[in-house]
Amino acid sequence: MKFKVNNEEVYASTGGRPFDKKKPLIIFVHGSGLTHMTWVLQTRYFAFHGYSVLALDMPGHGLSGGKSLESIESMADWISDVIDAVGYKEASLVGHSQGCLVTIECSAKYSNKIKTLSLMGGAGAIPMNPELLSLAENNDPKAVELMMDWAHGPAGHFGGHPVPGLYHINTGAMLAKTRTIKNTLGVDFRACDNYKNGFEAAKKIKIPTLSILATDDKMCPVKEGKKLADLIEGSQVDIIENCGHMMLLEEADRVLKVLKKFITTNYPANK
Amino acid sequence: MSDKDKKGTKPNTYKFDTLSLHAGYQPHKNAGSRQVPIYQTTSYLFDDVDHAAALFNLERGGHIYSRISNPTVAVLEERVASLEGGTAALATSSGMSAIFLAVMTLCEAGDHLVVSSQLYGGTVNLFRLTLPKFGIKCTFVKPRDTEGFKKAIQKNTKGIFGELVGNPGNEIMNMPEIAKIAHDAGIPLMVDATYQTPYLCKPFEHGADIVIHSLTKWMAGHGSSMAGILVEGGKFDWMQNDKFPTMTAPYEGYHGLSFAEEFGPTAFTMKARAEGMRDFGPCLSPQNAWNVLQGIETLSVRMQKHCSNAEKMVEYLSGHESVAWVSHPSVPDHPDHDLANKLLPNGKGSMIAFGIKGGKEAGEAFINNVKLASHLANVGDTRTLVIHPASATHSQMDEATLKFAGLSHDMIRLSVGIEDIDDIKNDFEIGFRAARKPRLVSNQ
Repeated sequence: MKFKVNNEEVYASTGGRPFDKKKPLIIFVHGSGLTHMTWVLQTRYFAFHGYSVLALDMPGHGLSGGKSLESIESMADWISDVIDAVGYKEASLVGHSQGCLVTIECSAKYSNKIKTLSLMGGAGAIPMNPELLSLAENNDPKAVELMMDWAHGPAGHFGGHPVPGLYHINTGAMLAKTRTIKNTLGVDFRACDNYKNGFEAAKKIKIPTLSILATDDKMCPVKEGKKLADLIEGSQVDIIENCGHMMLLEEADRVLKVLKKFITTNYPANK
Repeated sequence: MSDKDKKGTKPNTYKFDTLSLHAGYQPHKNAGSRQVPIYQTTSYLFDDVDHAAALFNLERGGHIYSRISNPTVAVLEERVASLEGGTAALATSSGMSAIFLAVMTLCEAGDHLVVSSQLYGGTVNLFRLTLPKFGIKCTFVKPRDTEGFKKAIQKNTKGIFGELVGNPGNEIMNMPEIAKIAHDAGIPLMVDATYQTPYLCKPFEHGADIVIHSLTKWMAGHGSSMAGILVEGGKFDWMQNDKFPTMTAPYEGYHGLSFAEEFGPTAFTMKARAEGMRDFGPCLSPQNAWNVLQGIETLSVRMQKHCSNAEKMVEYLSGHESVAWVSHPSVPDHPDHDLANKLLPNGKGSMIAFGIKGGKEAGEAFINNVKLASHLANVGDTRTLVIHPASATHSQMDEATLKFAGLSHDMIRLSVGIEDIDDIKNDFEIGFRAARKPRLVSNQ
């Protein structure tokens, strides 16, 4: 569906169901340079099982208008604005990669609004490789190729997509090329590199939190994810073997199973 | 990210030859079986009612029924998608069913397509005679008439279709320019790249949006199994205009799903599978998928030999007293030679068209007397194949259509195999000798 935040048009997938304000809201926040489509194997399930879902295209990404936001802090504020714009007082947040930084910051800053937090491939800080950052900021498609290489584990490189016929790396690359690379990936990478408040924000989070990590994640290694999780009181951690950073697609069923248990327990649909 | 993992700025994704052997398959998820297992089953157990509902509703990935998808077939689909540089693929029971499925995914009654005139005879019949019965009309344009493709586009045109190298005349479409024409009009370019395989050309790199193969041919190579596939490039924006409501509007068949919004770069394949395979059902058998996978494992080495033998045959035929003309893109005076160098840098393929002196009667004598070359209605076998198109593959065309498609009665279509080149030439000498004495041969 489309709606406006700060006078800019926002696109969000509702998981194939009409947006229903009577149901609890789950907001999915994508990673650097990507779009709402990365969440398709999680969002449709929740949308058909008692939740209202918004898998957002961040400003300047995918089908959303406006320009990419330049800091993680501004993205966190924007998520809060989204909750207001769709007429809710609270939401459950799910983030991937950069989306983890955004949702951590948002959960710490807007603690009254955020009820649960689910992090996938998250870390307290995501310092960027300087060459990758430079390639992205210079609009070089090689930035996407490198990101796809490093972001995928065995399933991505060999194949074996949970949806028959889809090929991970090429699909991911097309998502990252939906808009101009320097305006999405370049801005996002710089925002990640600049963000230093992750660990401090994590200490302030008092809501149920889940971290899903993967053993073959080169972008946000398990030890970084655990370091972050250790700072969040009562945080649950689930580690997936033989899987890379794109666990939400590479091991979509496993991720959905863990996420389903966590959200339905801590943020039930019939509450 | 630790710098140790980066190893410079070059991606370490697998290359063509490695993908030919490995893409789409992980042994540790299949009981450690090194070879791809053949899942000879119609259907798949659901964990519970919720799991079943989620699969039917495209909430989760997985298999329901082998008409829609099958694990062995899915390996083939991913492998071809990876080799083509595509986002997704859908395998079908034949190349013709892949074309039909692509058209029916794109078009509705009242729509129009612009189509190259030089195509496999079966494809011509589909566009000329069968699709109009579904209310889909086509305008044929000669493959070299690039401007003609532009002029033929109408308000209701939903796409351009062609074979990169036309069957059987070897005329080449200017794919980059025709892709631009299509994209300027807000419609996709669909290319049948059977003759090339992704080893010789990756059409997505030259602007194509949907690539179709008859896998029966070079991709499999062994001539044992029928199979087809459609591959999606993922770049085409279905939401840029209002031409494709079947991709963009809520679809009643899946509770209001918009394929373009939900699946973006894989929307076409998702729709072709969810709707097309569900409703038409031209599924590929797992055994045939496995057979094709065996062929793809050696694709690059076979294509190198096919192309090298073809170039030697072009040289042989060009200097032969019984041959009136030879058409192959490797020949410098071929009208599309420069374009072929640009689009087909790894080789110009193994299809040769040549005219035999003495016309139809000589052609028949030639074909009836070669022993090593097989006279049959196929191309892209590892064995050398010959046929007289005007009396076989394209015989259902009338004279005017034959002429428009660039066919002549003296034309022999040669699919060069990977046998020893001297044996192929010796066999052709027998055929040419017979062609020079047709009456004597016919009395034997």
